[in-house]
Amino acid sequence: MIDKIRAVVGEFAGVDIQSLADDADLYRAGMTSHASVQVMLGLEEAFDVEFAEDMLTPETFASIAAIGRAIEVLTAGAAA
Amino acid sequence: MSEPRTFLQELLDAGLFIDTGVKGLYARSGAFEHLISGIDSAFAALGAPERPEVVRFPPGMNRRHFEKSGYLKSFPQLAGTVHAFCGSHHDHQDLLGKLAEDEDWTGGQAATDVVLTPAACYPLYPVVAQRGPLPKGGATFDLQSYCFRHEPSDDPARMQLFRMHEIVRLGASDEVVEFRAAWLERGQALINRLELPFTLDLANDPFFGRGGKLMAAGQRSQQLKFELLVPIRNDDQLTACLSFNYHQDHFGETWGLRTHDGDVAHTACIGVGLERTALALIRHHGFDVSAWPTGVRRTLWGEG
Repeated sequence: MIDKIRAVVGEFAGVDIQSLADDADLYRAGMTSHASVQVMLGLEEAFDVEFAEDMLTPETFASIAAIGRAIEVLTAGAAA
Repeated sequence: MSEPRTFLQELLDAGLFIDTGVKGLYARSGAFEHLISGIDSAFAALGAPERPEVVRFPPGMNRRHFEKSGYLKSFPQLAGTVHAFCGSHHDHQDLLGKLAEDEDWTGGQAATDVVLTPAACYPLYPVVAQRGPLPKGGATFDLQSYCFRHEPSDDPARMQLFRMHEIVRLGASDEVVEFRAAWLERGQALINRLELPFTLDLANDPFFGRGGKLMAAGQRSQQLKFELLVPIRNDDQLTACLSFNYHQDHFGETWGLRTHDGDVAHTACIGVGLERTALALIRHHGFDVSAWPTGVRRTLWGEG
């Protein structure tokens, strides 16, 4: 899952994903708010999920690890 | 028993606004314009110590500049583009035929090079960038323009065409941050002198769509935009009369704006909604301007 997230973030975030650890702050690495919206839409397509309204915050998309936790919540909900 | 009159109806009955048949599109009376000019002068006076360069753009801007500004990423629903008939004699006959039949005649209209200005400072940045790097110490501008936002409403404080007076600062990040901090104080001092109740809060801009929720949350968490809010339409509904915006390097990057030292310029703007502030004054001090507190009249017109 993390590799898939890294691929999406690498495509849309406008940051050098290779150099970033999973817990690195993507905004600090240069991801703009417009880019974070592109990342969100890219993740929804890649994982076939829809982020809940209360998840649409900068914290959810702050790092690869944070995105991973959100995707886990969404995919667990779909499986139940 | 009849319904209580709305604030909009009161403004129309008092002759301050004249209805055009379109929500949010009103003519203003001379008395209302006298009020606008008082607010305009009081706001400009606050910025005078910074000796801003005064520039007045028409209420339309270069479509290419508008496209590059990023406005469509955030607020596509608010933008107004100017279209015009560019067809042949045959197309003209077709247009007139549809008009006569009361059918939609606008399908053949083509986009012009003009877009209605969404905020007074949008046309400024590309024009300043063309001049080359900013002078040492940056630059400050005084702008005022009619602005358009497509949001038809019965709330007189949410018009489609309204005036915004702005002071814009371009420079190094510390210069721009300091400018906004100073103006947060000045703006509150002005509204205190106008004896209006207000609260200061982080903005809640209507960014478009689901992605917009994320944009708005980011804007708030980074404290990029503060608003000074006054109850206008009714006591429970606050309306932003002033806004204090820090764009970081967004416009600097977009337009290649450089400081004197060659760094990417940061920008900030302070805006006052002239009609909104006029409406706030009427709402809180009444329709009889001669009965307003002396201090308020002195602030606006130097009287008393």
